[in-house]
Parts: sequence; structure tokens; C-alpha cells
Amino acid sequence: MRRPRLPRLRGRTAAPEEPTGPRTPRADRFTVQDLLVEVSHGIGGHTGRLVMTTLGTVLGIGSLVVTIGFAQTAAGQLSRQFDAVAATQAVISPASTRSMNGTETPNTRLPWDAPDRVERLAGVERAGLIGEVPIGELQITAVPINDPSAPEVLSPTLLATSDGLLDAVRGTVVTGRYFDAGHELRADRVAVLGARAAEKLGLNRVDSQPSIFVGERPYTVIGIVGEVQRRPDLLDAVIVPLGTARADFGLVAAEELQLHIAPGAGALVAEQAPIALDPNQPENFEVQAPRSGSELQENVQADINVVFLVLGVIALLAGGLGIANVTLLSVSERTGEIGLRRALGATRRDIAAQFMVESLVIGLLGGLIGAAVGVFAVVAVALVQQWTPIIDLPMVFGAALLGALVGLGAGAYPARRAARIEPIAALRGGV
Amino acid sequence: MSQASPVVELVDVTRSFPGPPEVRALKSVNLAIARGDYLSIVGPSGSGKSTLLNVLGLLDRPTVGEYRLDGVSTGELSEEQRAGLRARTIGFVFQAFHLLPRRTVLDNVLLATLYSGVPRVERMSRATAALERVGLGHRMGFLPTTLSGGERQRVAVARAVIAAPQLILADEPTGNLDQRTSGEVMDLFEELNHDGLTLVVITHDQATADRAARSIRIADGRVSEL
Ligand SMILES: Nc1ncnc2c1ncn2[C@@H]1O[C@H](COP(=O)(O)OP(=O)(O)OP(=O)(O)O)[C@@H](O)[C@H]1O
Ligand SMILES: [Mg+2]
Repeated sequence: MRRPRLPRLRGRTAAPEEPTGPRTPRADRFTVQDLLVEVSHGIGGHTGRLVMTTLGTVLGIGSLVVTIGFAQTAAGQLSRQFDAVAATQAVISPASTRSMNGTETPNTRLPWDAPDRVERLAGVERAGLIGEVPIGELQITAVPINDPSAPEVLSPTLLATSDGLLDAVRGTVVTGRYFDAGHELRADRVAVLGARAAEKLGLNRVDSQPSIFVGERPYTVIGIVGEVQRRPDLLDAVIVPLGTARADFGLVAAEELQLHIAPGAGALVAEQAPIALDPNQPENFEVQAPRSGSELQENVQADINVVFLVLGVIALLAGGLGIANVTLLSVSERTGEIGLRRALGATRRDIAAQFMVESLVIGLLGGLIGAAVGVFAVVAVALVQQWTPIIDLPMVFGAALLGALVGLGAGAYPARRAARIEPIAALRGGV
Repeated sequence: MSQASPVVELVDVTRSFPGPPEVRALKSVNLAIARGDYLSIVGPSGSGKSTLLNVLGLLDRPTVGEYRLDGVSTGELSEEQRAGLRARTIGFVFQAFHLLPRRTVLDNVLLATLYSGVPRVERMSRATAALERVGLGHRMGFLPTTLSGGERQRVAVARAVIAAPQLILADEPTGNLDQRTSGEVMDLFEELNHDGLTLVVITHDQATADRAARSIRIADGRVSEL
């Protein structure tokens, strides 16, 4: 028996017969509960300062949550709009080089038999060439059947396509028919009108085989296109077979090849079609083919994230520095308090823990507020845009915890400084 | 355990602060303080009184020599063990009170229970009892800044005794108080001493020093019995 336990304050006697008490019961010495109470007092003292301190973390975490929230919402939105047409349509055009004077020169030409070549590939269901026919000064006119005295003068564009194009762009004729391989081969002077072009030309029936004139040349109208899923300019155009355009207008090449492909075949087509078109120089073709849905989403997400994520991380770093700064200030302001606590029996570790947890709590607070603000922003914008907000809950909590982590990191140095303060030096200062 | 074994025993303790110039604040001090002693320390400014008290309070280590507290040689103890001893066996009262200005009187007293392992269930009753004892039962919710000097020092005394220490170390506890208030605080100390606490009081004031059963003088780092 080395040390008699001192009696309580009340009825105190220096009685050695007092039972020997145990050494400090760890269970009641500076527990987590005690620590949190001390921390809350430490933080609660300066409300204004606390607001300023958390601001950086709020901004950082907020922008991270907004960035990721928007990316997820947008991706969700995209996959909703991700319709069958987009997934099953591809376009191939010759790559072009920009010359010194700024004009774009195509590196190659699409071969005239391009549709046949690519339709042999797995996954390609229909393909068609399309190109605009330069008609110079020539006018496209119609001789209206009902009013021959006032011929309407109009200049719709003149397009030339292969016979498979209408199917490739999933168009339909409202009346008559589209031209076929035979028309093309024979370079027949037939034309199909886009619905709006037909309206302007005053044509709505083709059973009487009306004619339109390109310059002096008459073309028999055999059909009217009512609707297309791609190349809506078809609706405003007069369309002739490619063979006809080559024969009559000296068309040198088509501009692009439209493909209707099987769902999910995009990547395969993108790889194989250029080889089918020119096995020697497939790189001369540009392919726009749909990627698979998930790939598309990931890409969108990545695109949006980078800039704002970087901004968020920068704001977060600034927030961390802010916390570190304020905690450091708080340590030097409370040197006397630190000395007092050490005199009362606090270890260096107790002191370090106190400042560490203070800055962790400040970070967590900033993280929680930032996450809440971020979620609110995403929901608000989504509502205005009539989107469905998609917010990953673990992501939000993770972001709030990230704030705590930043606080923890920021507190490390100030806490070490606080722990190193010598009690005798600290006590000289006063609380 | 014999009643004669001293609570505090300094053997050839020297404390020098490395310079330049090197200051030897304590020079070969030998001092034994028995349990229940009431000791006052006087000496001119800069003579080493606070340095001695810091060594006694385990806030500072002797450069040379040995300090035994309650029979335990403190030189080999780790920082953590010394903090534990401070928490359980020593109560400090400072001239400048050292109360946390934003915490209530009660909170300030409770602060000493955090690190000393006073069971949680006992903390509140002990703090109230300690404050009643120093006559501040009616001021528990006040902030220290609203109290008079004497009241503040009484809060500090309550804080010093709440963890039931063996040794109270007071560094000029009445230095900031007027004569009458000084008397009140000293009365309080003496009551505690009567209850069995060992009491060491540094003072500039001869009248205060004379109240102690035993008085030592320290001059230029050397201790002499009065
Ligand atoms: N950390 C230190 N570094 C260097 N010298 C110190 C340090 N602490 C104290 N001293 C010196 O040690 C000597 C004793 O100082 P101490 O504080 O013990 O004096 P004191 O007797 O308490 O004086 P006062 O009555 O004015 O409080 C002084 O000369 C002081 O300058
Ligand atoms: Mg002093």
C-alpha cells in the first residue's frame, strides 16, 4: 500500500485506514464523451469564425456533389432519350484535310458501290449514299397542272442518293415510290420529292406522272417522301438517283454513306466498314457510330466531371487550408488553456485529440452542409429542367465524410503544435 | 505506510535553463515535505520560487537530482505517467486564476475531473460540494468574468481540490487580491490543510507566509529554512 486514497472533500480526514483506491479508472478518464463536450465548447465559442472556416469545405464538397449529381442526372436523362434510332444509325464520310488556305479537301471518295460493300458486313442492315448535286444557275421548276399560266419558280436543293438510302434513314413515302436500282443503273430521269419541297412545288399526287424541270430537263416525279429519321434536309429537296446525277450533272462523288445497323453493332461497324470501303486506306474514312449505352453514359459522366471535379478539389484544398489556419490560430489563442489542461493532468495526446477532433468536426460540418447544398442544387435544377434528379446516396454521405477527412488532415499539424506546447511556458501566458 | 514518510522529497535538485547565458534557477535543493504539512515559500522575484513549484508539480523536470513524490521516483516516469500523477495527486492554484473565460464556474471546476478519472456519476456532486465548500454554491452558472477576484480564486481552489489530490501547490494565490480577500482565501487553504491536505504556498507577502506552520526562503536558487 503506497498511497492512501484521499477522502472526499466532505468529512475529509487524513485517515490512513481509508481503503486503498485503484489507480485512475481508465473508464472515466477523458472519455470520448468528455472529448466531444470539450470540442463542442471549443468550436461553439466562435460562431462567426466557424461559418467562415467551414465555407471552403462547404464550397468544395458542394461542388463535388453538384458535379457528380449532375453527371448522374444527365446520364440518366441521356439513357432515357437514348432511342432506337440513335442506337442503330451510323454515318461514314471521307476524312478531309484542311489545306493552307482554309478549304477542306476530302482525302478520298466514297466508292459508288459503297452500299453493296458495307451491306455485306454483319450488323449492317441497309446502307445508302447521299450527296448534294451542284446545279449552278439552274432553276428547279414545276409546271403546276392546275395553273399553267403562272409557273412557280423555286430552287429546292437537288440531292442524289442510291436506292437504299430511304431505308437507311428510315424514311417513308407518302405517295408513289422511291426509285430502285434499275432507275439508277439506267440513269432514268426520275425524281422523288421531299414533302415540303412537293408542297412548295404544288405537287401532291404522282399518279398522273407530273414533271419537274431542272433547267430545261424534265424529270418525272415518281414519289413523295413524307418522313425521315435522319437527314431531314431530304424533305426540302428534290432527289434523283445517283446514276442520273452522274450522267446529267457530272456528279463526282457522294458525300456520305448512311447506314441502318443492328442494335449494338456500332463498334463493329465502325471498325469494319472503312476496311470494306478501302482495304488499303481505311483511315481515310470517318465513322460516326453509336457506342454501347453504358459506354456512352460513362463518357458523358467523365466529360462533365473533370473540370468541376478539379474545381471542387481545389475548393476543398482551400477549405482544408482554411481549417488548418483557423485551428492554428485557435491553438495559439488557447495556449493558456492548453497549459492549464496539462497541469490538470491532460497528456500531450489528450491535447492533440482535442484539436484534431475540433478540426474534424469543423470539416464534417462543412461536408454535411456542402452535401446538403449540393443535393439541393441538383434537385432544384433538375426540377426546373423537368429532369429526374438522380443522386447516389452513398456518394452524398461519402462527400460529407470527405469533409471530415479534410478536417482531420487539416488538424494534424495544429494538433501537433498544440501537443508540443510546454505547460510551464503556456501557463506563464494566462488563459 | 508510516506517517513520517514525506509526500515530497527533493534530493540535490538543480534546475538550469540552458542559455546563453545559462540560468541556474535552482541550486542543489534538498527539501522534504511531510504529509499534512503547511509550507510557505518566500523569496525575492527571480529567485526560483515558481521554478521550484513547477518541479514539485511535475510540470518541469530537474536537470540534476531526484524528486520523489509519495515515495515514487519521478525521474523515470514517462510523460504520460507524470500527467496521470498530476491529475490524481496534485492540485494547482495560480496567481492568475487560469479559469476558462467562456465556461461556467461549474464547468471550470468539472474540468479537473476530466483527466483524473473521477467517476462520471460522482463528478457533479463533487463539483457542487466543492463549490459549496468555497462558498460559491450560488455562483455555479456564472461565467468567471463576472466574478470578483476573490471569488475567482475560490473557484480555482474548488477546482484544485475536486479530484482529491494529496498536494496543493499555490503560486502566489493571493498576489492579485486585496488584504481582506487574501485572508479569506488563506482561511480556505488552512481549512483544507486541517482536513489533511499537504499545502505549499508561494507568497511575496510576509503576513501570508507567517500563517504557515513552516516557512522556507529561497534566494538565488538556494533554499534555507526559516
Ligand atoms: N524557461 C526559462 N528559460 C530561461 N530562464 C528561465 C526560465 N524560467 C525561469 N527562468 C529564470 O529562472 C529564474 C527563476 O525564475 P522563477 O520564475 O522561478 O522566479 P520566481 O522566484 O518565481 O520570481 P517571481 O517572484 O517574480 O515570480 C529567473 O532568473 C528566470 O529568469
Ligand atoms: Mg513566480
